[in-house]
Amino acid sequence: MLLLMKNKRMFIDKFFRYVFLGFIGVALLILAVLLYDVFSAGIKMLDWDFLTRFDSRFPEKAGIKAGLFGTLYIIALMIPITFIVGISTALYLEEYAPKNMLTNFIRLNIANLAGVPSIIYGMLGLGILVRTLALGRSVLAGSLTLSLLVLPVIIVSAQEAIKSVPASLRNASYAMGANHWQTESKVVIPTALPSIITGFILAISRAIGETAPLIMMGALTFVMFTPEHIMDSFTVMPIQIFNWTSLPKKEFELVAAAGSSVLLTVLFILNGLATFIRYHYSSKY
Amino acid sequence: MYNWGDLMKTSILDNTEKEKSKASIFKRIFYHLFDEKIRYMSSGNNKNIWVNYLLILTTAITLFTTVGIIFILLSNSYHFFKEISFIDFFTGTVWNPLIKPNTAYGVIPLVAGTLMVTLGAALIAIPIGLGSAIYLTEYASPKFKKIVKPVMEILAGVPTVVYGYFALTFITPRILKPIFPNIMTFNALSASIAVGIMILPMVVSLSEDAINAVPSKIRSAAYAMGSTRFEVASRVMVPAALSGIGSSFILAISRAIGETMIVAIAAGMRPQLTASFLKPIQTMTGYIVQVSLGDTPVGSLDYYTIFAVGLLLFLMTLSLNVISYFILKRYREVYQ
Amino acid sequence: MAEINKIEVKDLDFYYDEFQALQDINLEIKENKVTALIGPSGCGKSTFLRTLNRMNDLIEGNRVEGKVIFDGEDIYNKDTDVVELRKKVGMVFQQPNPFPKSIFDNVAYGPRIHGIKKKGELNEIVERSLKGAALWDDVKDRLHESGLSISGGQQQRLCIARALAVKPEVLLMDEPASALDPVATAKIEELIDILKQDYTIVIVTHSMQQAARVSDNTAFFLMGVLVEFDKTERIFENPSDQRTEDYITGRFG
Repeated sequence: MLLLMKNKRMFIDKFFRYVFLGFIGVALLILAVLLYDVFSAGIKMLDWDFLTRFDSRFPEKAGIKAGLFGTLYIIALMIPITFIVGISTALYLEEYAPKNMLTNFIRLNIANLAGVPSIIYGMLGLGILVRTLALGRSVLAGSLTLSLLVLPVIIVSAQEAIKSVPASLRNASYAMGANHWQTESKVVIPTALPSIITGFILAISRAIGETAPLIMMGALTFVMFTPEHIMDSFTVMPIQIFNWTSLPKKEFELVAAAGSSVLLTVLFILNGLATFIRYHYSSKY
Repeated sequence: MYNWGDLMKTSILDNTEKEKSKASIFKRIFYHLFDEKIRYMSSGNNKNIWVNYLLILTTAITLFTTVGIIFILLSNSYHFFKEISFIDFFTGTVWNPLIKPNTAYGVIPLVAGTLMVTLGAALIAIPIGLGSAIYLTEYASPKFKKIVKPVMEILAGVPTVVYGYFALTFITPRILKPIFPNIMTFNALSASIAVGIMILPMVVSLSEDAINAVPSKIRSAAYAMGSTRFEVASRVMVPAALSGIGSSFILAISRAIGETMIVAIAAGMRPQLTASFLKPIQTMTGYIVQVSLGDTPVGSLDYYTIFAVGLLLFLMTLSLNVISYFILKRYREVYQ
Repeated sequence: MAEINKIEVKDLDFYYDEFQALQDINLEIKENKVTALIGPSGCGKSTFLRTLNRMNDLIEGNRVEGKVIFDGEDIYNKDTDVVELRKKVGMVFQQPNPFPKSIFDNVAYGPRIHGIKKKGELNEIVERSLKGAALWDDVKDRLHESGLSISGGQQQRLCIARALAVKPEVLLMDEPASALDPVATAKIEELIDILKQDYTIVIVTHSMQQAARVSDNTAFFLMGVLVEFDKTERIFENPSDQRTEDYITGRFG
């Protein structure tokens, strides 16, 4: 092969091209195998009953209803909190904050918070929300814990979105005599909104998959009810899946797979939605 | 000719003026949170300045979060270190806090377990991730990218509990068992692989960003001198993006250190010092999950151990994150 | 017709931090005339244009000395309401920069932020402004399509319509045709000719032919200094300063 190539440099170039392509291939292959593994096992258990049944000590009677509802409640509470706080913080940092030591520290702090292990947020939730503020192991406490966890991610992605609004639009607005808030609320935020929402959906789907912080703050693993009130205790889908993987009975592997299939399906729908919004609006600015 | 600063001080801070001693601190902090220019641009008729207050209020939440984390970790660890000395904690090689009476509080086995998994994950994610990033930036057609990038995002969006399930039910029995017949059900290797897969999309996308941030005129110059694509990538683009790429590696490693569910499911719960990836181990995060799943009474020494371990975990990831932040910041300044 | 001074600039200096971008500028902008600002890039002509509606205020570290008298008042006076000033002194930018909103909403933006909410009134303003910018016939059937869906030349006329909607007295144009093809450029130039009946226009241009075609008066800037300011014919036919002649004849720039 080497002899056939006239040029050694060209051979090296070709060789690494296929090596790198191979790496991407490996990544895609892993994803394919993972999805096949989960869904092919999951499908055996997956039916309407699985979605509408509570958990059970018998694998064939186990269902994910409690987790499904718990996740829904948690997310429903998170959305308004994180959306408002996330956008306003990003707006402050990009459009209002002066550049000085204090605001630089705020930026560094947010970058660092984005990298704090999620289980540490669980400790924060346990220490401050569950105990000090006496919210108990409630939907509210869980939802606030996850809100704090995903806020840095939402803030950073909203900052990027706001940054990408061209300065020319701001100038046009000021030149018409608009003041700062009019420019932000009528031009900058509407222009950045599609990418803000894309980042927001991705962050929320990350929260849906989070397990460790909720286990840490004391969400239950075996639940036979759906929460009716924000102060009720709860479980979420990933915790149920975790619980099933840790049970000794082999059949629970199938239950875990079925739970994972439901969880992944929810996440894919959200992911698809985010991608759709991105491509649908990216042609404009 | 205008001193917006003076204007602002008088209007915002009049009220706090009375409490002189305290006011001076507030005054200084507040002063640094307002941009003089914005204040002026919010004016004309001067009525939208309330927005600025509101935004500062929400931004403060991020600071409270950090303060809260540090407070919780320190105050609870304090109770732990009242009983166990720093030396025993940091130099002890046996970790057995839960089974009485032979309790031992040496954190080294947990740290070693964490580092093993992290090392394994990095060995997988870094070469594959960097190679993929180079392919995407230097070789791939726009169409290829348009397909691959969303797929990578899916990989990034798979919950860690599913990766854990995958490690336990697929990687170990179907991939590793045929190669290493004596591998245990719970082992460090499968967790390493799964954590590696988990951080892979992060390495790819951050390295890709770093390479893309290199001005394309540098690339054009290299091509204009007759370089092959591999030469452009390996001798020009990657070296030029090196600090950005390095910072992405550090972030990925920090993420691997803090990863919890994969190791809790697949790596086992045995804190031991071993060089074998085929045996069960326990990581710092794995230990924290184990305790929080049990019915450890609040206020017991067992309960405080998780905060001491958590504090160590926080400090490890914090230092990596800060290093990565400053490398990246300097890198961005170079290319702006 | 007697020429009235719409804007008088007196001893104007402008600094970006330490750098002095404009030095001792004195000139008068005549009402209902087109004043062109020419000069090589970096000469301060755009900076000067932006001192007239205080857009430079948005730039970090700026400092202004001297006076810009508009309708008898110094706009750098402490009591000046910048909102009112910018309402009266509209601006069109180099790149067409419509908002990513509908054509209607683009034009209605200014009136809305200045408090006009009635639908009927807005409709009227939008129609009048689009007609004023010679765009009405092109877009009247698709007012609710995105302002980004029309061609570049149309987008620039949309930006002109947007500026007209707040009923300015002066229009500042910063190289309004530099991003456009020759046909669209010609249309903008025709439009400028019509607009000067109702508005005072100040235009920055890098094209001397354009300055010669559209303007009544021309100011030549070089390195932050106003070298020469006179009737356009005089500047182009018989300039009094050697540097102006060198620039006009293409010896530098």
